[in-house]
Amino acid sequence: MKQDITLKINGESYEVRVKPSETLLEVLRDKLGLTGTKEGCDTGKCGACTVLIEGKAVRSCLTLAIAARDKEITTIEGLAHGKELHPIQQAFVEHGALQCGFCTPGMIMISKAFLEDNPDPTEKEIREALVGNICRCTGYVKIVEAIQASAKEMRRAN
Amino acid sequence: MRDFEYFEPASVKEAISLLAKYKKEAKILAGGTDLAVNLKHDVIRPNYIINIGAIPDLNHIDFDHGKGLRIGALTTMRALIESTELRKTCPVIPQAVSQLGNPAIRNVATLGGNLCNASPAADSAPVLIGLSAKAKIVGPDGVRVIPLEDFFSGPHSNVLKVGEILTEIQVPLPPANTKGVYLKYGGRGVADLAIVGVAIVANIEAKNKVCNDIKIVLGSVAPTPMRAKKAEESIKGQVITKALIDESAQIAANEARPITDNRSSAGYRKTLVNVYVKRALTELIA
Repeated sequence: MKQDITLKINGESYEVRVKPSETLLEVLRDKLGLTGTKEGCDTGKCGACTVLIEGKAVRSCLTLAIAARDKEITTIEGLAHGKELHPIQQAFVEHGALQCGFCTPGMIMISKAFLEDNPDPTEKEIREALVGNICRCTGYVKIVEAIQASAKEMRRAN
Repeated sequence: MRDFEYFEPASVKEAISLLAKYKKEAKILAGGTDLAVNLKHDVIRPNYIINIGAIPDLNHIDFDHGKGLRIGALTTMRALIESTELRKTCPVIPQAVSQLGNPAIRNVATLGGNLCNASPAADSAPVLIGLSAKAKIVGPDGVRVIPLEDFFSGPHSNVLKVGEILTEIQVPLPPANTKGVYLKYGGRGVADLAIVGVAIVANIEAKNKVCNDIKIVLGSVAPTPMRAKKAEESIKGQVITKALIDESAQIAANEARPITDNRSSAGYRKTLVNVYVKRALTELIA
């Protein structure tokens, strides 16, 4: 039985009709056109589907859309202000931290949540934070460098 | 996913009555990190999903200094890891669950879910059994509290009857000089399922290394988390020496009953039990 729910995404309210069995990932991509969040493994292991719910990183492929209603959801689309990239996005660009880009939205979302909890991390802590996000292209070195740089920039800005 | 009807009960009572009504056609949703995967893979085909995530009073870490610890079934792994009180009074619990999955999973995965899913590899089970934890279960016939060790009945199978839900894990306050550790081997890193898990909780005299009490609990080497009781007996009351560690580790490896599956062979699992029991005991007397 479909239900009309409100999803609060990146500060906007979206009214959408969903079946209880639809995941947040499916609704974001297929109903709302927010295709920045990617489907990788669809079983919570690869991290490509990572979004934030109330600031905490979650797997949108394992979240029922109906269970996420009325909560503050942040997707990759919510990070930039117009043409001004978020410092983490900017750092990924400057440090060449992406090749195909498929893992990138998930990497950036997990990094955003991580840096909010740990604004001055060690490299070991960064790598531990990324353990649930798989990249098949880069070998992770540039990703870690980009996160270190954006952490520095975000500390400076504060 | 197959379609289902969806409920969000506001109380334990409401959840129980839904479960009692729909029986085997209903499944509980908490964090969803195991349930959603099983739904996608058609491992289970429930017609009713009961989301208990909003029920108040199931998300707590309470310290009852006389009696011990009470952890609500909806407490997330992250909450267990971040609790400064827990890190002080019972650090082996956060130490164990910090090895479960990955940070995003730990944000939503619940203690109750990990236990009720009852994987033989469940990362929260061995240390809690080692701490002599009890499971509080509420159902249509009332409340019962059973040793957590008796909660598991087989791979992905627990003793909850129709209509019952796990509401709380109760951990008696460990006596002074109790230390514990959970070691897990997953193959590549902590984001893997345990191929072998070893939890040891022991009461060891600091001065002369006499072991007053010990529990050795193994994961992934039997249909359920299991106690290596013969290994425990070989250590209890003894001074822990390197020779005793070597001997007891081998006894534990012999007691383990692993299978060969796509992640590892039975023989390798037994070898890992030996290695990890050794490492855990060595760490506890350091």
